[in-house]
Amino acid sequence: MADEKFKITIDGIPVEVAPGTTILNAARQIGGEIVPPAMCYYSSLEGSGGKCRTCLVKVSKGSERDPRPMPKLVASCRTTVMDGMEVQNISSPDVLEARKGVVEMLLINHPLDCPVCDQAGECKLQDLSYEHGVADTRFEFKRRTFEPIDIGDKIKLHMNRCILCYRCVYVANQLTEQREHGVINRGDHAEISTYIENALDHDFIGNVIDVCPVGALTDKTFRFKNRVWFSKPVDGHRDCPTCSGKVTLWYKGEEVLRVTARKDEYNEVKEFICDTCRFGKKKTADWVLEEPTPISKQSVINSNHYDVFNPPPVIKENPRLQEANEEQLARTERLK
Amino acid sequence: MNFWERMYLPAIAKGLGITIRHFFKKIPTVKYPEEQRPYSKNFRGLHSLKRDEEGRERCTACGLCALSCPAEAITMIAAERTKEEMHLYREEKYAAVYEINMLRCIFCGLCEEACPKEAIYLDGPHVTADYLRKDFIYGKDKLVEPVFDITKLNPEKTN
Repeated sequence: MADEKFKITIDGIPVEVAPGTTILNAARQIGGEIVPPAMCYYSSLEGSGGKCRTCLVKVSKGSERDPRPMPKLVASCRTTVMDGMEVQNISSPDVLEARKGVVEMLLINHPLDCPVCDQAGECKLQDLSYEHGVADTRFEFKRRTFEPIDIGDKIKLHMNRCILCYRCVYVANQLTEQREHGVINRGDHAEISTYIENALDHDFIGNVIDVCPVGALTDKTFRFKNRVWFSKPVDGHRDCPTCSGKVTLWYKGEEVLRVTARKDEYNEVKEFICDTCRFGKKKTADWVLEEPTPISKQSVINSNHYDVFNPPPVIKENPRLQEANEEQLARTERLK
Repeated sequence: MNFWERMYLPAIAKGLGITIRHFFKKIPTVKYPEEQRPYSKNFRGLHSLKRDEEGRERCTACGLCALSCPAEAITMIAAERTKEEMHLYREEKYAAVYEINMLRCIFCGLCEEACPKEAIYLDGPHVTADYLRKDFIYGKDKLVEPVFDITKLNPEKTN
């Protein structure tokens, strides 16, 4: 039984996975564009998933034994595979239409302040709505707004942007000893909040910034410092007693603007980092640099991004040009 | 060549005739900058950073203009608006420093296209010549449009 594998097909691509795997994880084993997007599911957080509904897929054949299709679209992050299951993701128009609806629902109360938001450029909701959303909203009412709450000097909470994925709650629950924040109220009024505005001061609480798929929880020390796509991510590590110490440093020139954990292709952190690494070590001397972080060609961060530290200069050394520049500089000095 | 032709008199008279004819023609020369030729409607000149109807700066330093700029002429530094600056800036974040290098700029208008806040338009005059390279880096002092009173604007003049 232990070695038994289930044969399933996703969009016509066969794959063999262990029993108990979810459809989403099976799709991730194949990889590529057939992987359903996920806003709330986070592989390293137990119990996450099933909330945002962006990963809906169609099961056109339940299993070998019971080939009836599932009556409704199912959330692939929560549905486990059966032997002989046939799943349709991007090959089914139903799924694409449902996803469009989900994106519209997610955006109903989202303030769309991307020009101001620090997450813009690495925001999953931005990617998702760009891929699946419609250009206009049909929502004619006022967007839900919350009074801004101060939750400490390291993390900034923008409740208006929250899509209630619960990832940060799971982080607080599973990575730290005591969880002091959670989701209060219900339905349209539901909001993430710290209970009686207690400061979050656990050593690993900074990870809520990394897990947040939108800009609801952002790094306060990075707030408005620079746009994500103007900073250059570099992988680095240090000997940290509390965490793995493997991070991504976001450089602008010589300056480290912020430190985040390393994210994989699904924007998930496998090794969470501690707050000392995240907020306390912002000098190059604190870190051992490895290489520039690989960035997907589709990402906006890829603009002006090099795969090596010192790319060959575009302009070759030209003594005549250098002399002319010196002359120009001398002239500038004289006329100042 | 006969005698008359050797005198060159007919040729001189003919040449003077052409010259004198031009005295009565319409002069095509325009005395720039006092007088300007009509420009095309989609002429792209110097950039201006716009204000909204309450006189607040529209730019929120989102960086999309700088990202879209093919010549990499635009740089900016953002800052957070304080309570006292509510009447100065439209959004929570604003551009504390906004610079365009006019030597780099190719006046393609992509920044205008990219701007989500309708904050930048290339609706100014030509960028004038100057002596030093450093003087071509235009900061906010040169780019932000002057404060205007919307109630006194002639609706026919603005489009």
